[in-house]
Amino acid sequence: MTSADLADRTVTAGPVATLAAGPAAVAAVTAGTAAPTVSERAVPLVIRTQGLTKRFGSGQVAVDGVDLEVSRGSVYGFIGPNGSGKTTTIRMLLGLVRPSSGRVWLLGRPMPEAALQVLPWVGALVEGPAFQPYLSGPANLARLDACDATADPRTARHRIGEVLERVGLTGVGRKPYRQYSLGMKQRLGLAAALLRPRDLLVLDEPTNGLDPQGTREVRNLIRQLAAAGTTVLVSSHLLTEIEQVCTHVGVMSRGRLVLQGERAALTAGAHVRLAVTTSVHHVAAAASVLRAEGLRSITTDGVHLTGVLGEAAPEQVTAALVAAGVDVVGLAVERPSLEQLFVTLTGEGFDVVR
Amino acid sequence: MSSVDVVLGARAGADGPAVPHRGARARLLRSEVRLVFGRRRNVALLAGLGAVPLLVAVVLYVAQDSPFAAEGAGGLLARVTGNGLFLAVTALFMCLPLLLPLATGVASGDAIAGEAQAGTLRYLLTVPVPRTRLLAAKAAATLLLVAAAVGAITAVAFVAGAAFFGLQDMTLLSGTTVPATEGVLRMLGVAGYVALSLTGLVAVGLFLSTVTEVPVGAMAGTVVVAVVSGVLDTIPQLAAIQPGLLTHHWLDFAEFLRLEVSWELLGQGLAVQAAWVAVFGALAWSRFTTADVSS
Repeated sequence: MTSADLADRTVTAGPVATLAAGPAAVAAVTAGTAAPTVSERAVPLVIRTQGLTKRFGSGQVAVDGVDLEVSRGSVYGFIGPNGSGKTTTIRMLLGLVRPSSGRVWLLGRPMPEAALQVLPWVGALVEGPAFQPYLSGPANLARLDACDATADPRTARHRIGEVLERVGLTGVGRKPYRQYSLGMKQRLGLAAALLRPRDLLVLDEPTNGLDPQGTREVRNLIRQLAAAGTTVLVSSHLLTEIEQVCTHVGVMSRGRLVLQGERAALTAGAHVRLAVTTSVHHVAAAASVLRAEGLRSITTDGVHLTGVLGEAAPEQVTAALVAAGVDVVGLAVERPSLEQLFVTLTGEGFDVVR
Repeated sequence: MSSVDVVLGARAGADGPAVPHRGARARLLRSEVRLVFGRRRNVALLAGLGAVPLLVAVVLYVAQDSPFAAEGAGGLLARVTGNGLFLAVTALFMCLPLLLPLATGVASGDAIAGEAQAGTLRYLLTVPVPRTRLLAAKAAATLLLVAAAVGAITAVAFVAGAAFFGLQDMTLLSGTTVPATEGVLRMLGVAGYVALSLTGLVAVGLFLSTVTEVPVGAMAGTVVVAVVSGVLDTIPQLAAIQPGLLTHHWLDFAEFLRLEVSWELLGQGLAVQAAWVAVFGALAWSRFTTADVSS
């Protein structure tokens, strides 16, 4: 029996059972190759929501029927413009906001019912850091640790020292939190999320307020954590900041999850376009060859033609063009960036504030 | 192995249970108390209230030979110059209408709304702290601050009273004289009753604190409740509801100045406070345990 079989078997027993699959299931995820979407494969889900909806008193639907699926070991980029419902979704995941309808499972347990059992394994940074302004950074962490019934008070000092070092906040001394710079505040927020070993990290806009160097450090931190087996859900309204670290992507627009899946799969396959540049007299011939080779949505702009590659192989298309006597002045395979994908899907710019 | 690996290495995961440590509740409470009493505003509050008996003592000491010496505070002021013991009850009497409700409002109104406004509430709840336990810890720390406020007034009054006027055997309202030691006990009784009289207002403040994310609003609301209750208590047409008013029994601490203390009357006062605590405690709990935390 392969590890993939094991994962297949366990997922049918429900989310709780998939968790118990442990390392074997993780291996199945990493061993898996071409998988169109998470839902089509049997992988243990660390976060799962079903028809998650939040309607506020004003009648505004902030989150509308979201089915999130975050598999163990993944780095899930949760992206969308400001106001697209990311933070409200995250608040519902963590049991801070009650869904109007729909359900949430975190680490295989229902939320918010199992919050006390699940949340000790979840580190969270929600809508920016927030601490007691008059306490120092270490004192703030000590306070959060004192609130955690499952944290060992004897190791608190040691753990706080370690985590401050980890986020690059050593030597802050007794300076009160309110005198921290935005970057230091963000680091302290990350430190709080890492105060104990976590299975899942939910990081809402972790790079807000950080300079490019700080942003790089956060990306490296996420990579390290993911390498050690922690699942990370990281939200951002700035695609380029997190695009590089994500294994999976979920795109929110106007409260809906318009797209989710493996990043590599999303920016490949159906959305890859072939761009051909030919000479003035061969435009019509080139278009008919492309059509014959199975390219779809062919557009012509002067001597430039593009079409969705689909199942067609670029080298065969090239050969067919040459065989048909079409001048091939230039030829390129264009993989869409996440941003282009987003614009295609939603028909709006990414920085739109609703 | 670097320290980074240590942090990441010890991974039990949700497969292993998160076991609560013994004494976790006490640790949370200690942390809350440290937070409340470490806050400079609250320390200033205690210092300000403690200054009231000192101020009264200085004024009375300076003015004791003037023709106005016998006036004010229902004759209490005149007694202070004769016996420093009376300074405690006098100071509490002066602080009860406004200053103590103000202190209670600040302490209780800030409890939840302050965390909500700072955004720290969402991080406390995702630690996770059970909402009921957090509310209980907040209530306990608030009650402790209110008790400390009454304690500060009483303690400074004892010291200042002894220093300026000396502590003598105490002549009660009925004219009987009791030994100074009993007088001290009676003053402590007054302080204890005043502190317990504020518990209902603490519950009101906590409830208001769960309703809003603006601590100043909850603080002001709490003070308004106390003041309105005091006003309603003066309208004769409302005699039917007055026994149940939050402030109706507040001045019953005078019982401790009578030879025969009416424990029944004091018991009634405490029962009214218990009722307010029960009602507004339940309201605060039901609101706080179900509210969306979107701050």
